[in-house]
Amino acid sequence: MAQHKVNYTQDGGLPVALTSIDKIVNWGRSNSLWALTYGLACCGIEMMASGASRYDFDRYGTIFRASPRQSDLMIVAGTLTKKHAEFIKRLYDQMTEPRWVISMGSCANTGGMFNTYATVQGVDRIIPVDLYLPGCAPRPETLQYGVMLLQKKIRANKAGNAQKPKRLM
Amino acid sequence: MRAYTPKDDVQAKAYYTDRYYVAPQVPKSEVETDEVFAADLAAIKARFEVKEAYIQVEQMVIFINPHDIYGVLELMRDELAYTQLSEMSAIDWLAKDNTFEIFYQMLSMTKRKRIRVKFFINNGEAVDSVEKLFRSADWSEREMFDMFGIEANNHPFMKRILMPYDWQGHPLLKSYPLEGDEFAAWYEVDKIYGKEAREAIGPEIRDTARVDRYDSERFARLGFEVPKGTKITGDEPRNSQEYQEEGGVFLIKKYTKEASTIVDDPQR
Ligand code: SF4
Repeated sequence: MAQHKVNYTQDGGLPVALTSIDKIVNWGRSNSLWALTYGLACCGIEMMASGASRYDFDRYGTIFRASPRQSDLMIVAGTLTKKHAEFIKRLYDQMTEPRWVISMGSCANTGGMFNTYATVQGVDRIIPVDLYLPGCAPRPETLQYGVMLLQKKIRANKAGNAQKPKRLM
Repeated sequence: MRAYTPKDDVQAKAYYTDRYYVAPQVPKSEVETDEVFAADLAAIKARFEVKEAYIQVEQMVIFINPHDIYGVLELMRDELAYTQLSEMSAIDWLAKDNTFEIFYQMLSMTKRKRIRVKFFINNGEAVDSVEKLFRSADWSEREMFDMFGIEANNHPFMKRILMPYDWQGHPLLKSYPLEGDEFAAWYEVDKIYGKEAREAIGPEIRDTARVDRYDSERFARLGFEVPKGTKITGDEPRNSQEYQEEGGVFLIKKYTKEASTIVDDPQR
């Protein structure tokens, strides 16, 4: 026991907070969205810029991880080729649930300008997507806004088992 | 103005036709006008048959027999100082006379000259690999095989280089559609989910500009979002665009515009 007297009812002194489990779980989840680095093409540069000091993703708790096992969020930034499609599916499957996907840029949304035989016409043909960011390339502000919308979406959902695993098929 | 040619059914033809204006060829000059090239050509002619030779844009172009290619390049590398193979690939002339034109772009750093060695092969024939002479031919020949289906004999690893190993078709052939054939269109679906998933996932939507505002399955109109699958009537209420929920979330302060500061100095 501390010898000095602490007035727990003063500002911030109370070591107990009363809240619902949903709220605290979602608060934790939405503010530590660790993102899988998935820069596939030029959009990846904007994604990296968002992570760097000027736009500073860390203040959202979004920290880029190089392993799907450690990440909650996959930011698909760039052109997905047909050759690569199976790997994005494998990496998505390796992420632990709950997991979210942001499709960043025209290429990831719809195939973009690459209306060719070698480009997947939208990552949502392979994995379920939560948020589509338009632009070629979207500016870092767009990505920040997208992450904030995703945080809002996470907070609006129930935590726990109520969240059904997303499956494309 | 150029003469009008009927353009009906031009899309229906699989092969490229001269639908558009074709620029005139760059003029060709005699090999004798350049003494370095003339000496090189004489050295090659002494041992191999040269069908045609000319100078175009300060580069010599020679046409040889397909089976001579290894010998010609070896001679050029070892005796004529053309020590680099900067590029090699094929040109599809299948529509014209069922042949491929193969070219090898050679560079001599000491002479500061470039020679293009060319020959024709029929569809289905293979070329001799020059990978033993130039390491750069390794990947170039694999790419030629990948894109045109022309195999290189004696190549150490004759496999596709750009497309996946299980790909069907050779994309740089002029008969190959730009948007891919049936195999290409379903490649990723077939491979990952199997053919039976085709129906659930649906065909590729190639019109990137297509937005259906009444489609609430795949689109959300910004500011007028409705739950997924709702039938859109057009009088949806406007949703406010806010980053934070009203009333706040546990431990998170709501952002208010009044409380924010605007940074005027970009160098801050
Ligand atoms: S959307 Fe544009 S910027 Fe982004 S990967 Fe595609 S081409 Fe590059």
